Amino acid sequence: MTPPAPAAAPTPRREFAAGLAAVSPLLLGAVPFGLIYGALAVQAGIPPLLAVAISSIVFAGSAQFMITKLVAAATPGLLIVLSVFIINLRHALYSAALADKLAHLPARWKILLAYLLTDEAYAAAIRRMESGKDATQVHWFLCGTGFGLWLVWQLSCIAGVLLGARIPAAWSLDFAGTLTFIAIVVPLLKDRASTGAMLVAGMVAVAAFALPHKLFIIVAALAGMAAGVLIDQLVERRQARA
Amino acid sequence: MNLWLTMLLAGLATFLIRYSFIGTAGRLSAPAWFRHMLRFVPIVALTALIWPDLLMPAGELQLSLRNPRLLAGLIAALVAWRSQNIFLTIGAGMLALWGLQWAM
Repeated sequence: MTPPAPAAAPTPRREFAAGLAAVSPLLLGAVPFGLIYGALAVQAGIPPLLAVAISSIVFAGSAQFMITKLVAAATPGLLIVLSVFIINLRHALYSAALADKLAHLPARWKILLAYLLTDEAYAAAIRRMESGKDATQVHWFLCGTGFGLWLVWQLSCIAGVLLGARIPAAWSLDFAGTLTFIAIVVPLLKDRASTGAMLVAGMVAVAAFALPHKLFIIVAALAGMAAGVLIDQLVERRQARA
Repeated sequence: MNLWLTMLLAGLATFLIRYSFIGTAGRLSAPAWFRHMLRFVPIVALTALIWPDLLMPAGELQLSLRNPRLLAGLIAALVAWRSQNIFLTIGAGMLALWGLQWAM
C-alpha cells in the first residue's frame, strides 16, 4: 500500500495555476471590454502602436476607456494624467488590503504584483487570501491572476485596435465591464454591513457624479467604507446589549 | 503635451498608486479602524463604477423602465445572486441588454 498523497502542498506552480483558474471566469468580461477599448482608441485618433502600448503602460480598463474619451475631446495632457490618477486612486485601497500579506517579499516581487494589481486580479484573489489556507506561496497565486488577466487584456486590446470601426457601437460591448463588476460584488454582499456599504457607495457615486476628474469614485468608496464600519459597530452594540 | 509622454506619466501615476501600500508595508502599520474599513474595499470601489453606468448611461440620472442598462444590470444582479456564477451573470446581462435595446 502506498502512503496517502499529502494534501496538495502549495508549490509555486500549483499556486500559479490556481490563480489562473480563479481569474479565468473574469476574462469573459475582459475580452469585450478590451475590444471596445481598442476600437475607441483608434477612433479617438490615438496611433495604433500607442493604443496597444497604453494597455501595458497604464493597464487599467476603466482608465483606458476614459483616456479614449479625453483624447477624442482634445484634453490637455496634464489633465489626462490627473484624471487617470484620480480614477485609479481606488487601487490604493487594494494595495492597502494586500500589503500585509506581501510584506515579507523582496522588492522585485512587490513591484511585479503592484504592476499587475487590477480590479479583476484583486477580486479573483480575495477568496484565496481569506481562505486561511497556507499563504507561504500566495504571491504565486496573485502572479497567476495578474498574468492571466494581463495576457488576455493585451490580446483583446490588440484585436480591438485591428478591428477598429468594424465593431459597431450598438453592440454596447463596454457593458461587459460593468457586468463583470456586478458578478464580483453581488456574492460579496453577505451581511447588513456589506449591503449598507454598497448602497451608500452607489448613492454617493450617483450624487457626486458631476465632480471633476471622476472624483466621485474615491468619494463614494470612502463613504461606503465608513457606512460599512458604522453598521458593523451598531450591530455589535445591539448584540452586546441583547 | 506629447501623447506618448502623457501616457507614460499616466502609467507611472497608476503604478505608484498600486505600489503605495504594498511598497511601504512593514514600515507603516495601519490602525484597527482602517483595517476594518478595508474589508469593504472591493464592494465599494466596484459599486462606484457600476451604479453610474446603470443609472446615468448618458451622464444624467435615468431612473426609468426605458433605461435598458438599468434593467439589464438588475437582471444580471439577480442571476449573480441566484447562481454565484460569473459566466452566467455576464452572459445573461449582455443578452438582456441586446434584447431590451432591440425591443425598445
